[in-house]
Amino acid sequence: MQDEPIPIELTKSVADFLRNDIAPLISGHQAFKLRVAINILDLVTRQLTREDESDAKEIERLRALLGLEGSIAELNRVLAERIARGEVDLATPGLAEHLWATTMDKLAVDQPNYASYRRELDRSG
Amino acid sequence: MIEAELSRSVARWCSGASGVTGAAKLSGGASQETWRFDIVHPDGPIGAILRRSPKGYGAAPTRAAGLAAEAQLMQLAFEAGVPSPRVLHVLTVEDDLGTGFIMQRVEGETIARKILRDEEYAAARPLLARQIGGILAALHRLPQDKLPELRRRGATQEIAEFERDYRSLNWPKPVFELALRWLRDHDPGPAAETTLVHGDFRNGNLIIGADGVRAVLDWELAHLGDPMEDLGWVCVNSWRFGEIDKPVGGFGTREELFAGYEAAGRKVDPSRVTFWEVMGTLRWGIMCGGMMQRFREGPDHSMERAMIGRRASETEIDLLRLLAPRGS
Repeated sequence: MQDEPIPIELTKSVADFLRNDIAPLISGHQAFKLRVAINILDLVTRQLTREDESDAKEIERLRALLGLEGSIAELNRVLAERIARGEVDLATPGLAEHLWATTMDKLAVDQPNYASYRRELDRSG
Repeated sequence: MIEAELSRSVARWCSGASGVTGAAKLSGGASQETWRFDIVHPDGPIGAILRRSPKGYGAAPTRAAGLAAEAQLMQLAFEAGVPSPRVLHVLTVEDDLGTGFIMQRVEGETIARKILRDEEYAAARPLLARQIGGILAALHRLPQDKLPELRRRGATQEIAEFERDYRSLNWPKPVFELALRWLRDHDPGPAAETTLVHGDFRNGNLIIGADGVRAVLDWELAHLGDPMEDLGWVCVNSWRFGEIDKPVGGFGTREELFAGYEAAGRKVDPSRVTFWEVMGTLRWGIMCGGMMQRFREGPDHSMERAMIGRRASETEIDLLRLLAPRGS
């Protein structure tokens, strides 16, 4: 086991430093690049915060859907192949729910302000 | 520097021109650049834009029509009354500037978020969806016997091409598979009529002023195909920039778009438009994957490119909203 602070705390401290202390000092193209850099650190922080739990749930859904064991990457590959072959489709119980849940978990990390995601989040209540 | 070469070039084809000033690069990857500059002229400065592939970068990517074709299409569009910059000069070997062309600079805004939010465009915004319909109708009516050599692509070939692009990424995505399956199952086949298709007609590739659309840009993906492709692409959610209830570029409704198109004397096939909207959403998603691949393999190891890879999930949620809507 590694020591603390944990990675989430470390990336967040760097992002906060860049945002609060450095961003006000620069302008133009460098300021644009810095905003991208801060966005990346924020994304990494969100992923580190959420990934363990969302991956565990995704694997559970994939096992139920496919009747197979495997890593999350392997199971996703099998699901992709079965959809491509037409063995699984939107009429398959659980598929739409699985794809929605998985996609919502991705957006929560990648782009939590994306308008379609905000709309679907409101729908979920 | 580039100003010296541009000055020598304009002296050859712009009568009275004595040089250029203010050359600045607006955008550019390795293979294609856009520059702005002013031609010094006794009647006052002439705003101009250079689009070029620098020397040594002659070969266009396979999907692109090429800069010479782009210049020809813009000039045809201009002559037909489609809002378009006037092409001033097509580069020759003597210009020593690579391949490409010089066009008149049209003032206005291309940044989608500004167009959708700034007060300056508030009066134009409600008119744009209908206006875009009229512009697309005029564009689809450009005389085919005057068009440059263009690739011909219908729905069936496009599905196959995107599937190949996607599989080459080795990036298994169940939502993309679902979309590919849907596209194959809903392939509308050859269009009743094949026309010029702009190929990248969307908010972000239009110059907008307070009075509406002033110019259609970025013709590099122009081809011959189903005219409904342009109507579907302009509605892809990625180009609504947050205004998700206004499908046409965040400006207005499909009904307004269709009304503008039909008022200009052309027929809309709404089910084909939907097909191309799904196709377009997947197309942008696969392009995000391509960005991720280029980031990994270089030479563009930029943060921006890396982050575009992480935007593929935006197209996944949009595909699910189209193909498996919830609570409906």
